[in-house]
Amino acid sequence: MATLDTAPATPSSALRDVLSQVDPKRRRKDRVMQVLVYGAFVLAMIPLVSLVWSVISKGIGRFDLYFLTHSMRNVYGGMDAGGVYHALLGTILITLLTAVISVPIGIVTAVYLVEYGKGSLARAVTFFVDVMTGIPSIVAGLFAFSLFYLVVGPQSKSGLVGAVALSVLMIPVVIRSTEEMLRLVPNELREASYALGVSKWLTIIRVVLRTAVAGITTGVMIAVSRVIGETAPLLITVGATDSINDDVFHGNMMTLPVYVYRQYAAGLVPCAPGDDACIPTINYDRAWSAALVLILVVMLLNLVARGVSRWFAPKTRA
Amino acid sequence: MAQRIDVKDLNIYYGDFLAVAGVEMSVEPRSVTAFIGPSGCGKSTFLRTLNRMHEVIPGAHVEGTVAMDGVDLYGAGIDPVAVRRQVGMVFQRPNPFPTMSIAENVLAGIKLNNKRISKSDADETVERALTSANLWNEVKDRLNRPGSGLSGGQQQRLCIARAIAVKPQVLLMDEPCSALDPISTLAIEDLVSELKADYTIVIVTHNMQQAARVSDRTAFFNLKATGQPGRLVEIDDTPTIFSSPREQATEDYISGRFG
Amino acid sequence: MASPATAMTPPVTPDPPPRRRRSRTTDRGLDRAFRYLAVGSGMLILATLASVAIFLVLEALPALTHDDLASEIAWIPEGGNLGDVVGPLIFGTILAAIVSLGLAVPVAVGIALFISHYAPRRMASALGYVVDLLAAIPSVVFGLWGVLVLAPKVQPVWQFLVDYFGWIPLFAGDEHGNASNPPRVLMTTALVLAVMILPIITAVSREVFLQTPRLHEEAALALGATRWELIRMAVLPFGRSGVTSAAMLGLGRALGETMAVLMILSPGFLYSFKLLVASQQQTIAANIAAKFNDADDIGRSALIATGLALFVITLLVNLGARAIVARRKDFSGAN
Repeated sequence: MATLDTAPATPSSALRDVLSQVDPKRRRKDRVMQVLVYGAFVLAMIPLVSLVWSVISKGIGRFDLYFLTHSMRNVYGGMDAGGVYHALLGTILITLLTAVISVPIGIVTAVYLVEYGKGSLARAVTFFVDVMTGIPSIVAGLFAFSLFYLVVGPQSKSGLVGAVALSVLMIPVVIRSTEEMLRLVPNELREASYALGVSKWLTIIRVVLRTAVAGITTGVMIAVSRVIGETAPLLITVGATDSINDDVFHGNMMTLPVYVYRQYAAGLVPCAPGDDACIPTINYDRAWSAALVLILVVMLLNLVARGVSRWFAPKTRA
Repeated sequence: MAQRIDVKDLNIYYGDFLAVAGVEMSVEPRSVTAFIGPSGCGKSTFLRTLNRMHEVIPGAHVEGTVAMDGVDLYGAGIDPVAVRRQVGMVFQRPNPFPTMSIAENVLAGIKLNNKRISKSDADETVERALTSANLWNEVKDRLNRPGSGLSGGQQQRLCIARAIAVKPQVLLMDEPCSALDPISTLAIEDLVSELKADYTIVIVTHNMQQAARVSDRTAFFNLKATGQPGRLVEIDDTPTIFSSPREQATEDYISGRFG
Repeated sequence: MASPATAMTPPVTPDPPPRRRRSRTTDRGLDRAFRYLAVGSGMLILATLASVAIFLVLEALPALTHDDLASEIAWIPEGGNLGDVVGPLIFGTILAAIVSLGLAVPVAVGIALFISHYAPRRMASALGYVVDLLAAIPSVVFGLWGVLVLAPKVQPVWQFLVDYFGWIPLFAGDEHGNASNPPRVLMTTALVLAVMILPIITAVSREVFLQTPRLHEEAALALGATRWELIRMAVLPFGRSGVTSAAMLGLGRALGETMAVLMILSPGFLYSFKLLVASQQQTIAANIAAKFNDADDIGRSALIATGLALFVITLLVNLGARAIVARRKDFSGAN
């Protein structure tokens, strides 16, 4: 055992070699995997960038006030006309109706699960909410259609049927996000309220829900932004129309996603030679512009949702 | 097999924050050096610079040199991955890989470098490492069972076996007994005394009796003041530190007046 | 136990019930009404799901019990029955979902690792948000982009696959040895589906990878592991079941996706593995969307019967995913 505090011995070159390199094969593998992992990320960015760029560059051409304020009534062939007003209106009305159905049910069910839920009923509800999350949207559409067809009879298509279909998709999302927010409310707050002699239901409304309101609002808006882009269930429950229909209880309505699909499906217009007023790609152009409107609506909802959670969160500092 | 370590003017930073300042010490080969000191004085941080493990935290960096047998571990061309292979480490809480069996845990480090190790070599390595870690007799019948099924003390000895299976030059131990009961602690302490025949061992401990029992030399770390960086107060032969330390702070700490 | 409690509380009720009352049921008035409301809402969820199943079965019954569907429904071949169409539809649905899963999982795991273990911490959350943006894009927009922008770009690649890997059945060409042009084929569809399920798989995998115990990561590093070896030793074994359930969630989503398939894929009703040839396969969801509005009563009933099959398949896949998550919880609890 050396005990002298002498200067370090001469650097041993064998040791330096050992310390300066790992087996080159291992290094190479590490590098290759790093390149692959970075590559995966870049690869995923390609469709995102391409999609956003396509929608903006192809959609901006017809995206103007005229487009937003006119319907497709009396628009045919390659006419340089037509807009999304009726679809925008339909989307807003149906989505509002969906929210009116889904939000109370979703929030109260979440309250049940967090504040009351014990035993087999709660377990069953949790389980079936999971199941509901996985229902394909087209199946939700079939369900709403069958329900109204059996109850109301033929000619049952209306905005309401679509809203019921969308509610089947939205309720589980609202329950999940609200549940998460309610579980974040510290138990001390509830106990403090009970200690003041406040009853349970008032505690839930005034303390628990009040504390979680920002998070719940954010969750609801994210849920809305998810269902607003749903197409398949609306296609089979609400149908489509070229005119404005502001009655959600009667008749076909147009919605933005269905509008995008219908314009795409209409395809290229066979223009007569020399007909300068006819635009062959008019249907695709309108589809892209409507897609731009749809994406803007979804992004706006997402942004507002994030804003809400930032601005209306319970103040932690005076 | 065992190498000496010489530390010169070492400053350790987390980003702009100077955590440990001006450490200067030598660690002798085939000996046990213990680091003692109050919580938060930087002894674990310093220990982790000896195998460049502190670099895992973003923004952490050092100034100064840590030389192993004259080769600066922070010098140009030195690979931290290679350094960690030469300087093994045992952590506060035992951390065998939960998805691996006992034997696989022991071989985990070796398999990194040598994928195609023969069955007989593997068996021999497992037995040698587990025997060195005083664990062989307890686990030889269940080498293929998961390591997480062992008791805490056995798990920690499994981690030591895993660390010495790759035949490192130096073995760092970061409070290896703090999560263990007294009997398991005793087993680890006995093991440390045996292992120093082959390895250079550095051990961080909160327990001064443990430092006195197992170490040849003891280093006392302390904060200069609250909010100031940690520093090495003194390092000396263990009997000297515990009987007649040079610094008043060391004596205060050892006699239980603070910390 | 009951006696000290009753002794302490003033006797509100004149005759206390002989049985010890459970504390949960002592609420009255508005409290009780509110509790009933909450419980009722929970039951409504169960009722909704039950009615989904019941109404689908009711509407599907006419087709399921009909003797000679082929004579009434144009898209059922002469002399055939519902099974002759449902079989290829189920096949097409599962094939499309599995191919898209095969494309998405490696990339999703790569992105998840990039965010959890490669990218700088501050960048990581921003990157996670960017990937989440993909999830917010409506499926009809994906379909539009897939058919008008992506399809023309990938056609040469598909042709290349046919030319050089045509001996693999999946990449076989048509009778002229070509990939279909325009490429309204299953491969293009699956590619778009893969992009659509990428965010969900990435999000779940990322969460699991981020939860890898620091202890095990440090153990690997201290043995002299490179970053990739650290991932192999500590991260992937820990996250394997999480990635599996993430993949199953993605599979469930791909099975039910309608619009992208409807807009891109040229339908066919064959048991065909040819991914690069048009008019070979069709999925249940896209088939419903394509035919529902023009169908008569019995036709709709048949379509709803296929929807029921889709419902059952996605249900099984999702339950499988949940079961894996649940088992994982048991494991982490024991450790």
